[in-house]
Amino acid sequence: MKYIDDTVVMKRMKSRLKFNVVWKTIFLLATLLALLTLVILLVRIVSQGAGYLNVDFFNNFGSRFADKAGIKAALIGSVYLMLIIAPVSMILGVGTALYLEEYAKKNKFTAFIQMNISNLAGVPSIVFGLLGLTIFVRMLMLGKSLLAAGFTMSLLILPVIIVASQEAIRAVPKEQREASYGMGATKWQTITRVVLPAAVPGILTGSILALSRAVGETAPLVVLGIPVILQFLPDGLLSQFTTLPLQIYDWAKRPQEAFQFVASAGIIVLMILLVIMNSIAIFIRNKFQKRY
Amino acid sequence: MASHGLGKEQSIQEMIAKSRNKKGKKFIEKLMPIILVITALISVLTTIGIVFTLIFETFEFFQRVSITDYLFGKEWLPFSGSEPLYGILPLVLGTLKVSVIAAMVAVPLGIAAAIYLSEYASDKTRRTIKPILEVLAGVPTIVYGFFALSFVTPLLQQLIPSLKIFNALSPGIVVGIMILPMIASLSEDAMSSVPNSIREGALALGATKLEVAIKVVLPAALSGIIASVVLAVSRAIGETMIVSLAGGATPTFDLDVTGSIQTMTAYIVQVSSGDAGYGTTIYYSIYAVGFTLFVFTLIMNLLAQYISKRFREEY
Amino acid sequence: MVELKNVNNKTNNKETVKIKTPSQLVGESSILVEKNSVFNTKNFNLWYGDHHALKDINLDIKENEVTAIIGPSGCGKSTYIKALNRMVELVPIVKTAGEINYRGRNILDTSYEVEELRTRVGMVFQKPNPFPKSIYDNIAYGPRIHGIKNKKILDEIVEKSLRGAAIWDEVKDRLNQNAFGLSGGQQQRICIARCLAIEPDVILMDEPTSALDPISTLKVEELVQELKDNYSIIIVTHNMQQAARISDKTAFFLNGEVVEFDQTDKIFSTPKDQRTEDYISGRFG
Repeated sequence: MKYIDDTVVMKRMKSRLKFNVVWKTIFLLATLLALLTLVILLVRIVSQGAGYLNVDFFNNFGSRFADKAGIKAALIGSVYLMLIIAPVSMILGVGTALYLEEYAKKNKFTAFIQMNISNLAGVPSIVFGLLGLTIFVRMLMLGKSLLAAGFTMSLLILPVIIVASQEAIRAVPKEQREASYGMGATKWQTITRVVLPAAVPGILTGSILALSRAVGETAPLVVLGIPVILQFLPDGLLSQFTTLPLQIYDWAKRPQEAFQFVASAGIIVLMILLVIMNSIAIFIRNKFQKRY
Repeated sequence: MASHGLGKEQSIQEMIAKSRNKKGKKFIEKLMPIILVITALISVLTTIGIVFTLIFETFEFFQRVSITDYLFGKEWLPFSGSEPLYGILPLVLGTLKVSVIAAMVAVPLGIAAAIYLSEYASDKTRRTIKPILEVLAGVPTIVYGFFALSFVTPLLQQLIPSLKIFNALSPGIVVGIMILPMIASLSEDAMSSVPNSIREGALALGATKLEVAIKVVLPAALSGIIASVVLAVSRAIGETMIVSLAGGATPTFDLDVTGSIQTMTAYIVQVSSGDAGYGTTIYYSIYAVGFTLFVFTLIMNLLAQYISKRFREEY
Repeated sequence: MVELKNVNNKTNNKETVKIKTPSQLVGESSILVEKNSVFNTKNFNLWYGDHHALKDINLDIKENEVTAIIGPSGCGKSTYIKALNRMVELVPIVKTAGEINYRGRNILDTSYEVEELRTRVGMVFQKPNPFPKSIYDNIAYGPRIHGIKNKKILDEIVEKSLRGAAIWDEVKDRLNQNAFGLSGGQQQRICIARCLAIEPDVILMDEPTSALDPISTLKVEELVQELKDNYSIIIVTHNMQQAARISDKTAFFLNGEVVEFDQTDKIFSTPKDQRTEDYISGRFG
């Protein structure tokens, strides 16, 4: 006697196959839904804001009147802020990654630093704002300046840069290091002449992506008390400034409908800035991808 | 071998020996590790800075407000001039409402997308969709906040006429969209790392792809999937701009999702954007709330790390 | 105290450099005269953690000879030549005991700078490992890290090294191209040229042809034969025929011990030890 009845199996087979197809469709629709949201979001913002994108919009400062509002101070402020965050976060991030990958021994201290970094990555950005408010704005008396905000944002994206740099450094094959040591090169020579040149594309890609996160970040700056409307451009490291996301936040909060369109225009500018940064990152990744 | 016609009749080894005894090279070899350790310590200092800042200012806050009132109080009325009340529960509840709605949106969609990408999609489809998910994850939260307030809320109001302009539902859904890529991508990683031999074993017995996905791959990747959900919820708890723009500023202690709420993060933003003078109780209250938020997210992050380490599948 | 010790070491080095030239003349003129020893290993032991990888190694390797080290996988032959330029130290759990004397000085002495040792003792690795730089920059890497910056001298070194590695004619027109674009055999000869560029005294080769096709292998073998006039070569090989073809002396390693060390023709025709005979006749390994 057979334990398995072929007719029953065949009968069930049909419904099993049908289930497979139905669920495949459901899974596909779920995936497409996420993509659809992105499309709706972009179409909506572009259709609302495109009309406001003109020369005046780029030349005007913030204003209480929607038709006079512009993003000059915010755009310049965002760019200046980036110019501070980029070197500070990259020096700290690449330095840490080099230490962890090239120098650190596998001990508890190293494991502690590594765990600390992954936990730091999970701290909400607004908490970094509180840190910056206490340490940079008040204790170091930097005020609500470019420098205070730059330091705060650098610490915020530091974990991302460290992890990306570590991966890039780890991807350099150990044979490359051996070749260098075999020639009598010292450790630092090997790092600067072999490891870093090979890891730079990966480090840059990760850093630019992290920077673009900082450029779109709002919450820590609000906590630092960075003003949302400024009638002048920053003229130094300790100068006051504002940024694109802050400016957008201010416009989005306003009840007048016209400001919704201004906010959309601001978002378009912000998104274009991010697209440019991401394109550079992708370009670097594709151009310099190493074939070991 | 002794002479090479290199200009000065000098062997390379002799030239090397001449330039070897430079002090600078040795000094740099000693100095660089020290500099690098210092940069590594900055990240530790940052954590220490965060913890101490929060603890000190929160301690100051508890000099003025009793801990029990803070932890168990059901009313958060810091701006009431005569009798301010600092009971954290309404803010916690507001945060949880948004996070739960977000999870209800993101968990099924994210896992479904992960199953599709890992089990059904061709290589080419996967290579197209994953970057788009990355873009979705890279959209600044301020943009999502604006989207929630100016698009999702009006849309929902057509379905639910009683929905207020500020509510928990709309930001909850949008936060869900924001964390969806995270769940999809991390869960997909977990499922992809299930070795093909296990799939082939089931397929060879005549199982459909669905049965393989649900009965074989999903259980095998479960720890990774749960860890991704925990991480994503932690992100939702700490999310600030979406809830500040679309959630409102009314701390309420009820389960209504159609009315205005306030989350912990939104409260910090509200106080920071206003003019709470340095040294006032309200000023210190944002640190107490920030500390509470920090504890919540830290626990979730540690939990996620524990889950993914403790239950890591060994293939 | 430490300063003083260093100064002494440096004067020692210069002496060893001076000794070199006459000894080479001897090597060229007469094989009857006993050659100088480059690496004299005495009771050398090495552990990876708890694993005793090399046990009481005693070997006296002479200059201007090709010394082959053969043995089955895991016998410690690669570990041994990596000990000769202290590359084994890149594995953090390594411990050593005993002496390895390079031209009379113990390289395991803590005061011996590894960078200095590796400048004199070059290495060619199992897998060709050129840097992802131009051919020129690959060859100039060594001279540059050791402070030679003069463009004209570098040009001369690059040409001379590439000629020395018998690859000049193949690459002279594309020195600025990435070395990754070359074939595996060419890459390995680039690596040999890179090694020659700092004119080492000894060249260590760790199974240099194991990743190459037969024709490239032949070219590298011919090259080794030419190089032996000017350099002392120690080559680890998995391939017994290769050892028989190119080496003057052969050491047979088994389970971390030296079973037999003698003239290559003796090892392959009349081995003294039964285990050697078993190995070279293909009974194991």
